[in-house]
Amino acid sequence: MSEMKSEPVILNLGPQHPSTHGVFRLRVTFDGETVVDAEPVMGYLHRGSEKLAEGRSYVQIVTLTDRMDYTASMSNNLAYVSSVEKLAGIDVPERAQYIRVICAELQRIASHLMATGFLLNDLGALATPLMYCFRERERILDMFEMLCGARITLTYMRPGGVLQDAPAEFWPALNTFVNDFPGYLDEIESLISGNEIVLTRTRDVGILTDAQAINASITGPMLRAAGVQWDLRKANPYEIYDRLDFDIPIGALGDTFDRYMVRVLEMRESIKIVEQCIRDIPQGPIRTGTPYFIRPPAGDAYASVESPKGELGFYLVSDGGISPYRCHVRAPSFINITALRDMLVGWKMSDLIIIFGSIDIVLGEVDR
Amino acid sequence: MYGLGLAKGLTITMKNMLMPGRMFTLHQYPDRKIGLLGLAKLEGTNPITYSIKRPLMTLKAMVGLASVEDRMPQHSRFRGEEFSWYEDRCTGCASCAKYCPLGIIRIVTHPSEKAVDEGDKYVLDVFDIDMGRCMFCGLCVEACPYDALHMGSGFEEGKYSRRDLVIDKQRLNDAPKRPSTWFRPQIEGQGFDPQSGDEVDWTKAGRHVKPSREDQQKKWAKR
Repeated sequence: MSEMKSEPVILNLGPQHPSTHGVFRLRVTFDGETVVDAEPVMGYLHRGSEKLAEGRSYVQIVTLTDRMDYTASMSNNLAYVSSVEKLAGIDVPERAQYIRVICAELQRIASHLMATGFLLNDLGALATPLMYCFRERERILDMFEMLCGARITLTYMRPGGVLQDAPAEFWPALNTFVNDFPGYLDEIESLISGNEIVLTRTRDVGILTDAQAINASITGPMLRAAGVQWDLRKANPYEIYDRLDFDIPIGALGDTFDRYMVRVLEMRESIKIVEQCIRDIPQGPIRTGTPYFIRPPAGDAYASVESPKGELGFYLVSDGGISPYRCHVRAPSFINITALRDMLVGWKMSDLIIIFGSIDIVLGEVDR
Repeated sequence: MYGLGLAKGLTITMKNMLMPGRMFTLHQYPDRKIGLLGLAKLEGTNPITYSIKRPLMTLKAMVGLASVEDRMPQHSRFRGEEFSWYEDRCTGCASCAKYCPLGIIRIVTHPSEKAVDEGDKYVLDVFDIDMGRCMFCGLCVEACPYDALHMGSGFEEGKYSRRDLVIDKQRLNDAPKRPSTWFRPQIEGQGFDPQSGDEVDWTKAGRHVKPSREDQQKKWAKR
């Protein structure tokens, strides 16, 4: 039977397809049911954020970064404001740094929950595991609403700190969440990790080796699932991460199951980080007095953070004016998706969706 | 054993379906249908007492027409529609218009006829906010130096035409003054909750107490 060859068929997955996580088009060449070639076609959600940034002041760009990776706005805000702070040489008060780290880690949990839920959704477990994940994500979004009045497009961080100190009701809610969440995570994990169907569908499927991952400059959970212990929080500590005690979970094989598992383990580490931050957070100001229209000296700066998807960096060039001369975004989703072809070729059609889902891309960030 | 993981998963699903602490909460915005039992429970009585006390409502509940309001709790910093704007506080400096990333605020002013010591300020002819393009980032509120503009707390301002989404001065003045406490710690400090239905007076909305006429005169004299 293996000699039987059929004519290759080109199939378009998307741009409007429920399992592509957005408007993403994938041109797949099939031989029977096996993927021979895959070509991602991007740009359906291109809004020109980088160009728009050239006409806005440094604070106004924060609103643009919310809309890049809309499942992890806090991390985007953090990456952007650290870049501006590096460019203009602004110091950040310690309390603001702690609040930033708490927000970034909560956002990481929210984003990973969404990734896990949708991976299961792609597997065919419609809605039930997704709802378990979303129930927990909802509590994080509620806390963000307490902080800054929005749930998705947060615009919370500013160059020089955060906008407003956390309200009184935030800390009890955070404490309850930190205490409850490991239990809920156990539940989600025992629902998924031991499930035979999930194991058969994800084990050894869509392997991305460490050499391939490094070659394609993959970052984030995908790289760590391939067994490379690289995390910007440890490798190049920003904010207060050098004072915190946490581990970097890595996978063994780099298959779809490892990518899922690394995300679950990272959520546990994030909870550890948040616990330490609650314990250590000092009193004090939350923002240095920066003017509304910052004029950094001419020059350039690149700052990057470990966003839930990988290394998210902002490269800003200033000519001394109120808006950057050039703003470039190193978007992890965009770079992670370049490895898609390596992972897909040779796998069956039904594996395609799971492998694609395990990358965890957000199209707002891919196309910007 | 094969199938053990599946059984375990089903137990978890069952637990989440039946255990009261684990059940998903269902919110049917803006109100949900309610039966006689639920109504009685809300009143704190049993159904029989309730049906004697309020027969009409009981009848409605029996045929499935009774409903109660059901909303998710909204936090006081919620950035919503219907800006709370105080004309008494606004000087027409147009900081908000300058700071808005989208440039949707339009302000036209002219100098007033009054003398400086009689409380001179610019008279606002136009104050338009195009809500159809607003993204509720709240930068205008952050920019306002006199705490005249606040985010609102409502979100139910759907209109049939884009033109109706432009809020003009009249509508801003008429809107209920329920400012969101976002970036307004002074209102938050007063313990104001926008969902309570109370309104905030313009004198209480600011960071600073407005100096009295005498104080002002003293200050001017000192200069």
